[in-house]
Amino acid sequence: MRFIFSYMKRLWGRIAAGMSIKLIGTLTELALPYILEHIIDDLVPLKQMDKIMLWGLLMIIVAVATWQINVFANRIAIKNARQVSYEVRRDLFNRTLGLSGNQFDDFSLPSLISRMTSDSYNVQSFVQVFQTLCIRAPITMIGGIIIALTMDRMLASILCIMLPILLLVIIGVSVLSIPLYNLVQQRLDDLVRILRENITGIRVVKALSKRDYEIRRFQQANEHMKKTDIKASTVLALPGPFMQLCLNIGLTLVVYFGAVRVNEGLAKPGVVLAFLTYFNMIIQGAMAFTRIFTMLSKAAASADRIALVIQAPETQPVLAKEVTKKPEDDELIRFEHVNFSYGSMDAESDRELCLKDISFSIRKGESLGIIGPTGCGKTTIINLLMRFYDVPDGGVYVGGRDVRTWDKDELRRKFGIAMQNDVVFHDTIRGNISFGRDVGNEQVEFAAENAMASEYIKGLNGKYDFMVDMKGMNLSGGQRQRLLVARALAADPEILILDDSSSALDYQTDAALRKALGTFYPDTTKIIVAQRVSSIQNMTRILVLDNGQCIGYGTHEELLATCDMYRDIYQTQMGALA
Amino acid sequence: MPGPGDRGGRERPKNARGALRRILDYLMNYKYAVLLLVILALFCNLGNLLGPTFAGKAINAISPGKGKVDFDTVIHYALLMLIVYVASNLLQFLVSIGMMRISKKVAARMRDDVFQKLQTLPVSYFDRNQAGDIMSRVSYDIDVVATSLGTDVVQIITSLITVAGSFIMMCVISLPLTGCMLVTIPFSVIYTSRMRRKTRPLYARRSAAYGEMNGFVEEMFTGQKTILAYAHEEAVSRQYDQVNRNAADAYARADGMGMTMGPTMGFINNLGLSLIGMTGAFLYLYEIVSLGQISSFILYSRKFSGPVNEIANIINEIFSALAASERIFRLLDEAEEPADAKDAGDLSEVRGDVEFKNVSFGYVPGKTILHDLSLTAQQGKMIAIVGPTGAGKSTIINLLMRFYDVDKGAIYIDGNEILCIKRDSLRRSFAMVLQDTWLFRGTMFENIAYGKENASREEVIRAARAAKIHNYIMRLPKGYDTIISEDGGNISKGQKQLLTIARAMLYDTSMLILDEATSNVDTNTERAVQKAMRNLMKDKTSFVIAHRLATIQNADLILVIDHGDVVEKGTHEDLMKKRGFYYKMYASQFE
Repeated sequence: MRFIFSYMKRLWGRIAAGMSIKLIGTLTELALPYILEHIIDDLVPLKQMDKIMLWGLLMIIVAVATWQINVFANRIAIKNARQVSYEVRRDLFNRTLGLSGNQFDDFSLPSLISRMTSDSYNVQSFVQVFQTLCIRAPITMIGGIIIALTMDRMLASILCIMLPILLLVIIGVSVLSIPLYNLVQQRLDDLVRILRENITGIRVVKALSKRDYEIRRFQQANEHMKKTDIKASTVLALPGPFMQLCLNIGLTLVVYFGAVRVNEGLAKPGVVLAFLTYFNMIIQGAMAFTRIFTMLSKAAASADRIALVIQAPETQPVLAKEVTKKPEDDELIRFEHVNFSYGSMDAESDRELCLKDISFSIRKGESLGIIGPTGCGKTTIINLLMRFYDVPDGGVYVGGRDVRTWDKDELRRKFGIAMQNDVVFHDTIRGNISFGRDVGNEQVEFAAENAMASEYIKGLNGKYDFMVDMKGMNLSGGQRQRLLVARALAADPEILILDDSSSALDYQTDAALRKALGTFYPDTTKIIVAQRVSSIQNMTRILVLDNGQCIGYGTHEELLATCDMYRDIYQTQMGALA
Repeated sequence: MPGPGDRGGRERPKNARGALRRILDYLMNYKYAVLLLVILALFCNLGNLLGPTFAGKAINAISPGKGKVDFDTVIHYALLMLIVYVASNLLQFLVSIGMMRISKKVAARMRDDVFQKLQTLPVSYFDRNQAGDIMSRVSYDIDVVATSLGTDVVQIITSLITVAGSFIMMCVISLPLTGCMLVTIPFSVIYTSRMRRKTRPLYARRSAAYGEMNGFVEEMFTGQKTILAYAHEEAVSRQYDQVNRNAADAYARADGMGMTMGPTMGFINNLGLSLIGMTGAFLYLYEIVSLGQISSFILYSRKFSGPVNEIANIINEIFSALAASERIFRLLDEAEEPADAKDAGDLSEVRGDVEFKNVSFGYVPGKTILHDLSLTAQQGKMIAIVGPTGAGKSTIINLLMRFYDVDKGAIYIDGNEILCIKRDSLRRSFAMVLQDTWLFRGTMFENIAYGKENASREEVIRAARAAKIHNYIMRLPKGYDTIISEDGGNISKGQKQLLTIARAMLYDTSMLILDEATSNVDTNTERAVQKAMRNLMKDKTSFVIAHRLATIQNADLILVIDHGDVVEKGTHEDLMKKRGFYYKMYASQFE
């Protein structure tokens, strides 16, 4: 909660101004029934029509003023809410972009997205409502009570007895309903999950004739959801009628005790009438309080979730050159005895290592192929090289410097990379290839040509201006891969990394791509991760990984002679010709 | 999933009456309960209306002032007030809970209906529509309808009664005062309808801006590593700033306008009240009304203007509920997979002879993907289908499983045309492993046993061993009882494929389809798995699609497909000798 207030503090002048105006508006609003009572009680018996008209006119003027002041105050409140939510979203977005790999994994993508969307929305609503209700509710409630007290203490005490009971019930209900609603949310998540599973797996469900089974499964989850939902809603349906009940009992008591007081000459009949009005107002104030309360708990939860991201510590600071070890040699890229595992460092230490004692080096202009079974740590090497994750043990060096000493952008600009699960954006083909860099049309087309993408691009409607859907849904897997390779090539990078970027390509296209890389990018340092031996066999050196360990490192010929696993892969893939 | 942006955007239903009738059909399942609730709501309102009359009468008895208060009358009416109010509040509670229960039940029924409908839709529906869109029908649209049913129905009924009742009461108390009240009504009506026209496009724009922003955020967060890799953060951040600013401005404009409504309606009411006050004072002077009458009139006028102010909101809510229900009904009206032919039979004792005869097919009319394709696969043979990306390989599988039906020509299994076989029976005769692995949230055991009900532990373990995934599973802390998360995020692509292979192995069929089933598995594992598969499928016809030509060298027949035609066929040796398309593909592996 303190988090939201820290943002609101920046606007404190405007918020204070808006709330003060709202305060005036609320006060004038409260004056209205007072004037009405004055007319009926004091002026009517005097039978002075001119005074009655005068006060009537005053009432209209006050009503106009109330109207204008409240509209003005609401506008200010909206503007402030706009500014706060804008700033919160901006900071959250920018911080999320800069999260380290581990942090991003810990928060998880769906959760980061919902923090950005529904949580920031909750905060915005809160800031808006806070500025209006937080004035209105206490003022109408406390103001109503004070006026009621000055009018007739005895009658007002009826109110004061009711209020704590009301508040107690409301708070009790909210406390009860929050866990219930969490449960409803979980049940709904289950339901949606089953639905999503069925949509994505419809072919399997149909192929295995599991229709009836799936329907049963869904019905069960649906039934659970319904029961929980009804339970939660029943609890939440209580406060409304209960409040009404309290209000009405109070009203009756006011009428009775009012009668007693009037009879004793302690109160005027008009007071009873005005009391009914104030009573209403106070109850409304109490209702608004409950709204603030529920909103506050919702907003507080959301604000906490946002704050956790924005205030996430910077875990990958740029280190000074002096504090890091010097590499033993100054090749362009160097791994020295790298051990690595995913997950937070402080989590259980017996976590399985993804990389164990990996060392290799690549000189400028050389190339490295990485091959090995599924899940052996190929991609992890790339993640470390780009400093998406930091190594706790061993050293990763680029250009003779520990990667942690490079400015991150400076480091990453050396690379052109197509990752395994890389993303195609909703943008033109051209925009996807140039990707915000200062890359001319010729370079874009040259890169597409060499990535074997130009042929299909020319077949698209609009060619390089073809709009790619989100996540590249309107391109095939192979087309996406070639687009990503073109992006990697476009800025003519110092180091090119292709992580399994040709798995969806057929062999002919794959071969042509390799040829183009050799011909047009001879001086580029290349790292190619692949499943196919043919993709990497011409590399300067090849690293064979198995279960995070290096089990072979050398040229194709050397590995054929020394590495059983490599030879095995080769022979299987080459079949008869090998 | 709908974001917060959807809240403000009110839409108009296209065929409001039709949608309404179908919602009523759902309600008809609870017609007696609804009837009872409506009657209770009537009584509840009656109580609310009588309350102020009694209050007025009691105040009248107080009015004479000091020492002259008629206590018998006061107590009499105060008691009546109490009884009427307590009863009506209890009824109100019952009614709101009752309607809530009915609306939740209707929602549950709708969800069931939608889900069952989805199960009958052809695969093409899922290829055409996005998963998120379908899911928002179930999670969001149905919720909108249910909320509206639960609150709006009661609210309309009670509002109507309250408005009519308080109007009558006001007329009874004093016609001139009622006239004062009525003066303000046209203002309210004109104002709200004008505001509605003004704010609706603003809210629509707000929704659109939020939608755009949410989409942008999702896309950029998904590509976070890519953005980092290209040091592109600043540009993206600038881009977002624009999107963010747009959303913030759209919000400020829409809600800034919307927030003027409350105070304005309040002003109109206050204007009415001051008129009533002045006129009331005037009438009191001439002893036309009593003080008590003025007070109960004011109470009634509050009851009267409350719902009148709310009506615009309710109508908006009902419209958006109707629009949401139309989206649900549209899904429920989608064309189902055509029913099996009447004389369709079951496949029994499948041998596994498959024949394609002059098959033509295209997903979109006019865009033919397969042209006049013919092929035969004999019992127990392994048929490999190879060819460049997009040549139509997976389409053959789609037709074979009848996920789509041929445009021209016919497909036969054991001499039976597949259109004359019950779909369930046809599909059950294939085991299938697809390129996109599909796992659901459940244990390893459940995921493997999915195809075979009542599979025993031993059977599952045997299949997992054959698929070379057993050792991996055993290394997990909970072994076969380890829960796979929804998207299988905790296991690698290759392991997912092995799991689905294990599932297929357990599924005892006469034919097998492998569509790029091992593309993410390393070569050694792939070979071991294939060996096991071949053993298991010794007498079974299998169709294998693969990029890696080494994996299909032992196939009995290799079909080379290009642009929807079989351009070459034969065994590996035949095709290599031929030095044609296949040879070129093969040789390119070594370039």
